[in-house]
Amino acid sequence: MNAFLATVRRDLLLALRRKSEVLTAVFFFVIVTSLFPLGIGPEPVLLKKIAPGILWVAALLATLLGLPRLFSADHVDGTLEQMALSPSPLGLLVAGKILAHWLLCGLPLVLLAPILGLQFDLDASTLGILTLALLLGTPLLSLIGAIGAALTLGVRGGGVLLALLVLPLYIPALIFGAGAVEAHSAGLGAGGHLSLLAAMLALAGFFAPWATTAALRVALE
Amino acid sequence: MLNVSGLACSRGERRLFTDVGFSLDPGEWLHVQGENGAGKTSLMRLLVGLSPADAGEIRWRNEPTPSVEFRRDLIYLGHHAAVKEDLTPLENLLLAAALDGVGLDERTALAALVRLGLRGREDLPVRVLSAGQKRRVLLARLLTRPAVIWVLDEAFNALDVAAVRLLGDLIAEHLAAGGMAVLTSHQPLPVPGGKALVL
Amino acid sequence: MIPWFWAAAIIFGVGGLWISFFVAPTDAQQGEGYRIIFVHVPASWMSMFIYLVMAFWAGLGLALNTRVSGMMAQALAPTGALMAALSLWTGALWGKPMWGAWWVWDARLTSELILFFLYLGFMALQAAIDDPRRADKAGAILALVGVVNIPIIYFSVKWWNTLHQGSTINLNKAPSMAQTMLWGMLLMALAFWMYSIAVALMRVRAIILERERHTEWVKHAVE
Repeated sequence: MNAFLATVRRDLLLALRRKSEVLTAVFFFVIVTSLFPLGIGPEPVLLKKIAPGILWVAALLATLLGLPRLFSADHVDGTLEQMALSPSPLGLLVAGKILAHWLLCGLPLVLLAPILGLQFDLDASTLGILTLALLLGTPLLSLIGAIGAALTLGVRGGGVLLALLVLPLYIPALIFGAGAVEAHSAGLGAGGHLSLLAAMLALAGFFAPWATTAALRVALE
Repeated sequence: MLNVSGLACSRGERRLFTDVGFSLDPGEWLHVQGENGAGKTSLMRLLVGLSPADAGEIRWRNEPTPSVEFRRDLIYLGHHAAVKEDLTPLENLLLAAALDGVGLDERTALAALVRLGLRGREDLPVRVLSAGQKRRVLLARLLTRPAVIWVLDEAFNALDVAAVRLLGDLIAEHLAAGGMAVLTSHQPLPVPGGKALVL
Repeated sequence: MIPWFWAAAIIFGVGGLWISFFVAPTDAQQGEGYRIIFVHVPASWMSMFIYLVMAFWAGLGLALNTRVSGMMAQALAPTGALMAALSLWTGALWGKPMWGAWWVWDARLTSELILFFLYLGFMALQAAIDDPRRADKAGAILALVGVVNIPIIYFSVKWWNTLHQGSTINLNKAPSMAQTMLWGMLLMALAFWMYSIAVALMRVRAIILERERHTEWVKHAVE
């Protein structure tokens, strides 16, 4: 467990020394969401309706932006080899890296979402549901994305390939995440969607580090 | 302690070596020799368990590897620097130890850096150090992490005369304390004794 | 063995096509256009089934470290992708006269599209990795991750669809089929099976020969 926390601490410290890389993804999220009203027109009713979808798709893409870096830096300088040979289980270290990735690339999106939601004229309770859905959904995106990042490690054209592999797997998160907000707006209650998101998160939390570890060992061969 | 038998490896379609076998006991070391492309690095990676062998068996303390016990007893230093450029040498050592789940206090880490001639550099980011100095940061792990077997791939590269001598001393001390080492190098090594394996 | 599968594919295919175009009666509601489902339905079945088979070989390869299973998975992927593409394409052709649109966001259509993407991802990943052994293993992990996800994706898409109330068309309401239609469908499905097996075996033979081209037995076999 100490090794897990040490990995989280290490990755946060490294990100702190290279702030720009984290901020890029966050700015990307802000800019993409702000582009939609400009492209569609300032009609409040329409914007309100499509807001959850836009915010979710933007969150998906912003997470994707940070994924190639998740393992590649450690792969290039050889620290990943050291992790694979460490007495600590590699799965634990990988789980730590995924958590750090979420803290850096997922959590800022969750915190920003309510502010960006104001652009789309969402009311307070809808914003609450949106934030909650993102809070459950963004770790899921980090977990699934880590598998793709590990599979495409050191592969030609890895970045584009990563998007091709990971985006189809993101669809359930998108459907239930954006669906929760929509169901709430329609007065149906978002409980079902949110519990399904939580269930998928639990499932991914169990399997994804394992699959990621297997993929990393293949990449290191 | 370390028993290797019948090891075979191929890269792509090319067969690098077949039927490689040796054994090491406490205090012994092995010098792996061979031309460029003979498969020295491949053998090292096979040995530590990074890549699977086509055939053969590696046993550590009579258990097949890779095992957790083997990883606890092993230090492997490869071609890569394996240090984070944005961290200082001290942070690198402390975090590497924490990741390995090995206790390391700051005093021991500092002493290791001093022994490797990095006095006064411990708080600079590794980015500003020279290639040889980065290598020394990595070598400091030999002192901060207790291990029984050292697998060092081309560890003498990029080191100046003093550092070569220092690493030779470190290996000799390690062997004298009952350790084992597997080294690759093209040059003759400043370590007495040793078995030789030519690929 | 491969020629036998080819022969079977052709016989079943010709028989199936003959029944589906000349024997089966014209559908009361859908007219002649419905005949495309004789291709569409078997293609959809195969596209899903091949993914399962592929994941099975992949899992076997990872568990037992056998080399042939990776090659089987690699050989099956293009056929599966072809089936998914065929199913989407014929579905669009069918949808235009029936629904008045090439594409509707029906749950099945969407799932099939995602399945097609999964095939493409698998093939792209295998093509991008140079070392065949690494490519096999990475592809196997991806196939297994995909197979866990397929039910989740399917149900989420289905749920999303009912929530949106977008399309009112339901593919399930197909009326009880005439006997001859059933026969036509069955024959076509068999033909697709035989074709898939034949093509996969041919491809796997080519892959084995390519990868083992330096061994003695291959040199003898080619000569």
